[in-house]
Amino acid sequence: MNELLKNLTEAVGVSGDEKEIRRLIRDLIADHVDEWHVDALGNLIAIKKGTGVSDLRVLVDAHMDEVGLMITDIGSDGMLKFAAVGGFDPRSLLGKVVQVGPKKLTGVIGAKPIHLLDAGERGSVVQIDAMRIDIGAKNKEVANGKVKIGDRAAFVTEYEELGPTAIGKAFDNRAGCAALVELLRAKPYPFDLIASFTVQEEVGLRGAEVAAYGVQPDAALVLECTPAYDLPNENDVSPNVALGKGPSIYVMDRVTIQDPRLVAHITRTAVAHDIPFQIRQPGGGGTNTATIQRTGAGIPAATIAVPGRYAHTPALMINLDDYANVVKLAEAVLRGLTADVVKRN
Amino acid sequence: MNDLIQKLVEAYGPSGFEDGMRALIRPEVEPYADDVSVDALGNLIVHKQGDGSGLKVMIAAHMDEIGLMVTHITKEGFLRFTNIGGVRPHGLWGSRVQFADGRIGLISSDRITDRSKIHGLDKHFIDVGATSAEDCPVEVGAAVGFARPFHANGKFLTAKSMDDRIGCVIAIEALKRLQNTPHDVYFVFSVQEEVGVRGALTAANALDPDVGLALDVTLTGDVPEAHPMSVSLGKGAAIKVKDSGMIAHAGLVKLMRQRAEEAGITHQLEVLDGGSTDARSIQIANGGAAAGCISIPCRYVHSQSETVHADDVEASIQLLVEILANPIEL
Repeated sequence: MNELLKNLTEAVGVSGDEKEIRRLIRDLIADHVDEWHVDALGNLIAIKKGTGVSDLRVLVDAHMDEVGLMITDIGSDGMLKFAAVGGFDPRSLLGKVVQVGPKKLTGVIGAKPIHLLDAGERGSVVQIDAMRIDIGAKNKEVANGKVKIGDRAAFVTEYEELGPTAIGKAFDNRAGCAALVELLRAKPYPFDLIASFTVQEEVGLRGAEVAAYGVQPDAALVLECTPAYDLPNENDVSPNVALGKGPSIYVMDRVTIQDPRLVAHITRTAVAHDIPFQIRQPGGGGTNTATIQRTGAGIPAATIAVPGRYAHTPALMINLDDYANVVKLAEAVLRGLTADVVKRN
Repeated sequence: MNDLIQKLVEAYGPSGFEDGMRALIRPEVEPYADDVSVDALGNLIVHKQGDGSGLKVMIAAHMDEIGLMVTHITKEGFLRFTNIGGVRPHGLWGSRVQFADGRIGLISSDRITDRSKIHGLDKHFIDVGATSAEDCPVEVGAAVGFARPFHANGKFLTAKSMDDRIGCVIAIEALKRLQNTPHDVYFVFSVQEEVGVRGALTAANALDPDVGLALDVTLTGDVPEAHPMSVSLGKGAAIKVKDSGMIAHAGLVKLMRQRAEEAGITHQLEVLDGGSTDARSIQIANGGAAAGCISIPCRYVHSQSETVHADDVEASIQLLVEILANPIEL
């Protein structure tokens, strides 16, 4: 059992309220870094001093927040109204168990049983503003004592390994966080490595913007979990990325064109180390690379991701070999990163 | 000048992949510059020193062009693709495209069963003469530019990527003609404009200019059934007042008009309903800058036959030189 992935995915940290996950990560890395601090938005920034061979300053980023819900109102019947924090397909929410607020009250997102649905209801999707979380409170007074408006709610999914794959909540992006923790636990790099475990990615890449502004690195690597879409399909279309085929390398998404020199360095490194990799289908999506790249005078940046099925639902699935290869590839990419790779003339 | 225009418009350089463009422009500007550098995103920054009495001025013309990126290779060796910047499916059928290595491909689409509808980009493909995914010489992630020769119909100049290689030509020519300037001028040949004015942002962050001017194409209202717009081809350099991303600095607009009038340069005012330029990024970078734009009227923008008028190009060069050669008081 990978205890690191288990602990990181089971911890709670819905965007804007990342205290629990931040404290967990802080304790996991404190003995392996030279200094750390938390910035005004809540980003955990850690510095691992290098051997002094290179004077580059390299940022490795993984966002630690997860998608979740926020309580917006408590009804007279004790039911909790909520809003989405991050992007959801409302169809993934009904009937799911959640943990509400700092006391982690168990609740369920109520659904009308199929027995009682009329034909029209069966064909339509219930929208989030019509859903409620039921914590078993009989009225508003009872619920008021347990929950506050503004409390976050997170999914409840126990980490489990199923042979080569693992199921859990929030692999997006605790898989990236776990990889970054492993990179910090390795021996020193030729340069100072600055790690940012960032907040509020899921609501618009907000934490990384201030983290990169504060750090002003020479180059940046973003570790992510990217949606895999590899279920059987009769048409000859791109599978996006597939589980088990290795780390996924970004070239272009909706908001970023990755630095071509870093992308080439990553693919060269993968080939040299015999690590499988796949180019993620260019087009949609977006990562912290967008805001990091455009900070200050500009920062060469690229993204390596663990493919994950069922992103932004209560249960994701990753392949553990892909995860291990992301760690291996990211470490090799960093150890081989010289000023020549990102130098312009 | 048509030789320089032809060289720049026919070259490959989709957003994010401007290395070749930078290599083409650099020798054109080096003899006239005090310093040439390249920043982290790939902007080519050309410095011409002033006599110390003026302002710090950033001129931006973007080197990148709209294009495509390969997303998938079918079993039969055809390439599916997505867009880089504002590429519409209209007019893709039968287009020729070029890759970084000079390879040429052509675009077709899935079978058309309803002629009243246009397939989305996802139903188009590029044929590079491969017979299977295995022998396909192109990889997923390859950036694609359009291929179309330059053509001069008298003073009507037509090519792909006039947006914004014509701005690059104007910047190069102005640099060549500018003898003395009171200003510290930075000509930035910027990257990634077409995907969200990204290059100009980091360049402006680093340079922190007092004044920023973009050189970019704008739409016209002078073709049949056009969206109403009072900019016409051949009626001179367009001085931008507003577009959907920026309200130009009023004092700068006034100064630009004054310089044009003093020097007898044909000009027109521009208000653009949709779209923006590098000037938007310059205006809001750091603590802000007085920003404006010399726009080159252009028909058929983002098609492969973007058309500008030689007189407007010449007027734009003259206007830029007049602005830079004289004091800027705002």
